[in-house]
Amino acid sequence: MEQICVSHVKKIYYTGDIETVALDDISFSIKKGEFVAIVGPSGSGKSTLMHILGALDTPTSGNYILDGQDVSKLSKDQLADIRNKKIGFVFQAFNLLPRTTAVKNVALPMIYAGISKDERIKKAEQLLKDVGLGDRMNHTSNQLSGGQMQRVAIARALSMNPAIILADEPTGNISTVQAEEIMRILQSLQKQGHTIIIITHEPSIAVFAQRTIHLKDGKIEKEVKNGKV
Amino acid sequence: MDFFELLSSAYEALALNKVRTALAGLGIVIGIGAVIALVSLGQATQQSVQNSIQGLGANLLTISPGSQRTGAVEGGFGSSQTLTLDDANAITAANFSSISKVSPEVSRRGQVTAGRNNTNTSIIGATANYPGVHNVTMSSGTFIADQDVAGTRNVAVIGPQVVSDLFGGGDPTGQTIRINKIPFTIIGITVSKGGTGFANQDDIVFIPITTAQKTVFGIDYVNDISLSAASADSITQAENDTGYLLLQRHKINDPAQADFSMFSQSDILSAASSVTGTFTALLAGIAAISLLVGGIGIMNIMLVTVIERTREIGLRKALGAKDRTVVTQFLIESIILTIGGGLTGMVLGILLSYVISVVIGLPFTISIFAIFLAIGVSGGIGILFGWYPAKKAADLSPIEALRYE
Repeated sequence: MEQICVSHVKKIYYTGDIETVALDDISFSIKKGEFVAIVGPSGSGKSTLMHILGALDTPTSGNYILDGQDVSKLSKDQLADIRNKKIGFVFQAFNLLPRTTAVKNVALPMIYAGISKDERIKKAEQLLKDVGLGDRMNHTSNQLSGGQMQRVAIARALSMNPAIILADEPTGNISTVQAEEIMRILQSLQKQGHTIIIITHEPSIAVFAQRTIHLKDGKIEKEVKNGKV
Repeated sequence: MDFFELLSSAYEALALNKVRTALAGLGIVIGIGAVIALVSLGQATQQSVQNSIQGLGANLLTISPGSQRTGAVEGGFGSSQTLTLDDANAITAANFSSISKVSPEVSRRGQVTAGRNNTNTSIIGATANYPGVHNVTMSSGTFIADQDVAGTRNVAVIGPQVVSDLFGGGDPTGQTIRINKIPFTIIGITVSKGGTGFANQDDIVFIPITTAQKTVFGIDYVNDISLSAASADSITQAENDTGYLLLQRHKINDPAQADFSMFSQSDILSAASSVTGTFTALLAGIAAISLLVGGIGIMNIMLVTVIERTREIGLRKALGAKDRTVVTQFLIESIILTIGGGLTGMVLGILLSYVISVVIGLPFTISIFAIFLAIGVSGGIGILFGWYPAKKAADLSPIEALRYE
C-alpha cells in the first residue's frame, strides 16, 4: 500500500531576483512499513524534500499525498496536526528543550494533542524505557550524551505513535558506536510497523535502509534496493 | 490545549530561566515602584503645604495697602500707607455679620534688648483681637488687652524664641525689655507654634498697636488689617462688605482703582497649590521618564527573550503546536511576569513612599492614580512586547524558526 506518494513536486526559492530550484519535478512513492534512505551531497535538495515530507513546508507545485490526503493543499493548522499525529521528527541537532527533563521533552508533542498530564508522563516513561533510558528519565537534556539525547529525541518522535518517522541526519552529531545503536533502534521500529525515512550523506548509514533514493541537483539520480538489512 | 496546560507551560518556561525572568521582572518593578513613590511624594508635599497654610489662622482674610495709581506712576506693593487704624475701627463699627474679628497690625524688624542680651526680631503692633485671628495662644500671662491699646501702654508679649534669646529660658513675665531704648514690661509669653511654615512664628514681640505707631515706629498708618470671617462660607461676603466700606471711606468709585488689596486664606491656598502642583507635575515628569526607561527595559528584555527562543518556537511548531498556541503561551508568560513584577513594584513603591514620608516628616499618602497609571503602562508594554515578537516568531515557518541563529 502506497503511504506516501510524491508526484511532480517542485520547490523554488526566491532570494530577491534570484530563483533557486531546490527540487525539480520529483516523483516517487513509499510503502507503509518501508525503511527508505534519501541520500545526496549537500545542495542536492534532500533537506528541502525532508521538509516537504514532514509537512514543515509545502511544494511550489506538484502534489504530496500522505495517507490519501493531499498535504500540499492544507492550511497551517492542518499541517500542524499532521506533524503532531502522523510524523515523528528526529533532527541532527536533537532539538530538545534545554534544561528540561527527558520525560518532559518526550511528553511535549502529547501536550499539543491534548492528552492528560498523567497519561503523558506514563507514556513518556514507557518510551524512554523502550529506548534504554529508563535510568535517565529525570536527567535534563544538558546532562545527557549525544547518543542519549538522540534516543530521547526518538522517544519523543514516537510519543504520538506516528505512522512515519522522519530522521534528518540522525547520526550526524554522534559517535559511530552510538550511531549504530540509533540505527538499530530505527530498524526495530520499522519491524513494529513504522515507516522510516532517513536523510543522510553517509553511505554507511544508508545501508541500514531497504531502499536508497539518490538525489542530485534537485532531481532523483537513481533508486537502489539494498539486499543487506 | 486548555488554559490550565498553557498556564503550567508558561510557568515552567519562566522557572526554567530564573535570571532572565528576574531581570525582566526587575524592569517592571523599578518602573512601577518609581512612579508610585514619586507621585505619592508630590501629593504628600502638597498636603503638607496646605496643612501649614491652614495653620496660619481660621478663615483668615488680609487687607493690605495697595499701590494707588497717580497718573502713570505706580507705587510698589506694600509701600503705600493707605490703611489706617480708623479704617479698622470703621470695619469693627459696621458690625458685619460676615466678620467675627478685626485685627489691624503694624510690623517692623527691630533690635530688642534685655540687660546685656539683644536680638533682632519681628515687632508686631497688635490689638486684643490678634490671638483670635492668628491662632495665637498664651503659655503664661495675658495678651495685649483693649485698655493697653487705648492707654498706649509700654507692655510686651514675647514669643518663646525671644525668651530663650534674651533670658535663656525661664519665665520672664514682669521683667523689662527695651525696644529702641524704650522700656516695655513683659506681660505674657506665647505658646510655641514651631519653626515650620514661611517664617519662625516664635521669634516675635507683640506690643500695643498704638504704642508701636506713636512711640516706636513713628507712623500713623497700619501695615495690614487681618479679619477673621464668621465662617468659611462667609469669606466672600466679608471680602465684599469690607471692600465696599473701604472704597467708600477712601472715596474711590471704581473698584479697579482700589488703593488696597484683599487676600484670603483660600487665595494663598490656591497660590500655594499651584506651586505645589508644579512641583507634583515635575515629580510626575521624572516618574514618567522612569516609567519610559522601565518600559524600554521591559521591551528590550521581552524582545531578547523571545528572539532567543525562536528555535524553541520552531521546535514546538514542528512537534505540532499551532501558531495561536505558541502565541498564547508567550502572552501568558508576559502576563504572569507583568502581574508579578507589577505587584512587587506596587509594594516597593508604597514602602518607599512610607519611608520617605517618615524620614522627611511628610504626611503619608498613596496616589491611587499613580498605581493604576504605572501598572497600566508597564503592564501594557510588557504584554505588548511579549506578544508582538512571539507573534512574529510564530509567523515564521517552522524551518526558518528552527534554523534561526
